[in-house]
Amino acid sequence: MPAAPDPSPPATVTPSRLELFLGYVKIGLFGFGGVAAWARRVIVEERRWLTERDYAEVLGLGQVLPGPNVGNAAVMIGRRFHGLAGAVLATGGIYSAPLVILIALCLLYDRYGRLPEVKPVMAGIAAAAAGMVIGTACKMVGKLKLAPEAVALLLVAAFCAAWLRLSLPLIVLALAPLSIAASLWRAGLILRRATS
Amino acid sequence: MALLLQILVTFSILSLVAVGGANAVLPEMHRQLVELRGWMDDATFSQLYALAQAAPGPNILVASVMGWRVGAWGGMAMATIGMLLPSAILAWGMAGLLHRLRGAAWLKPAQAGLVPIAVGLLLAAGLVMAEASSQFGPLPLVIVAISTLFVWRTSWSPLWVLAGGGVLGLLLLG
Repeated sequence: MPAAPDPSPPATVTPSRLELFLGYVKIGLFGFGGVAAWARRVIVEERRWLTERDYAEVLGLGQVLPGPNVGNAAVMIGRRFHGLAGAVLATGGIYSAPLVILIALCLLYDRYGRLPEVKPVMAGIAAAAAGMVIGTACKMVGKLKLAPEAVALLLVAAFCAAWLRLSLPLIVLALAPLSIAASLWRAGLILRRATS
Repeated sequence: MALLLQILVTFSILSLVAVGGANAVLPEMHRQLVELRGWMDDATFSQLYALAQAAPGPNILVASVMGWRVGAWGGMAMATIGMLLPSAILAWGMAGLLHRLRGAAWLKPAQAGLVPIAVGLLLAAGLVMAEASSQFGPLPLVIVAISTLFVWRTSWSPLWVLAGGGVLGLLLLG
């Protein structure tokens, strides 16, 4: 039996090319401390391009592929809506504004040898960004209605990465096959119970 | 010219081993740039990392700053292209493969199997960020807790907590 489906999946909206680009500009521009939380917010909550489940699946693929996972997701989501142009627009959108700001910071650094004293502000923003990422993960767990073994695997992955500090490729290599097997078993596609 | 090519090659290799994104590849980036190539010392590496953190956007742009330091603006361009293009091409290919396989009954469940890993690693990234911010004492952890609840339990814009965190940091950590 598959896991219970979403009771009423919210209707999704297909973005135009411009909307795709601007959405990704927003994700890049607001993404202090990383873009993962903003990407989900803009794509799932604000603009409804993808359902919670679709987005989580694209992000999962972005995670196992090398490279930045939200960047990989941008390529795949852009391609889904507008082919090569979409992939280029989404990728360009997410990196353009941050690159401009980064160039400005480099120029400041070049000129003064250090950045203006913004450490306390950045520390406060970094703490808020950390909470934002944790809150996003909690929100996704609440909405995805994962099976019990999937929740267990989620916690094992988090524990391995945050406490044991195992390398991410190792975690993905060890847990992804296990998790895929568990998911196939739950869908009734393999009969043998996945060991965990 | 040879230097720019070296930068491009170095970051292209990093791009292809960067499973888990920027934070996962940082140790290897340090090994390549500081230990193997000798392009910068430890202190510079740390400073540039902090510089990249001050900008919004994907953390992977730390590569752009490193490239800039090694080879000026050309270096920045080469590092950015090297870091982004190979993995983007892989992601493009993967999306195409999935599109071709879309009828297969096992595809959706297999893809769903990656979801717990992705969310688990997202949670871990947040926890690691929270731990890093605790070097400034207990106050950042209070900000982390408020922000977690705010983002988890409400659908208001997280800009409010980011701004609030910055203001609290300025008032209480400064």
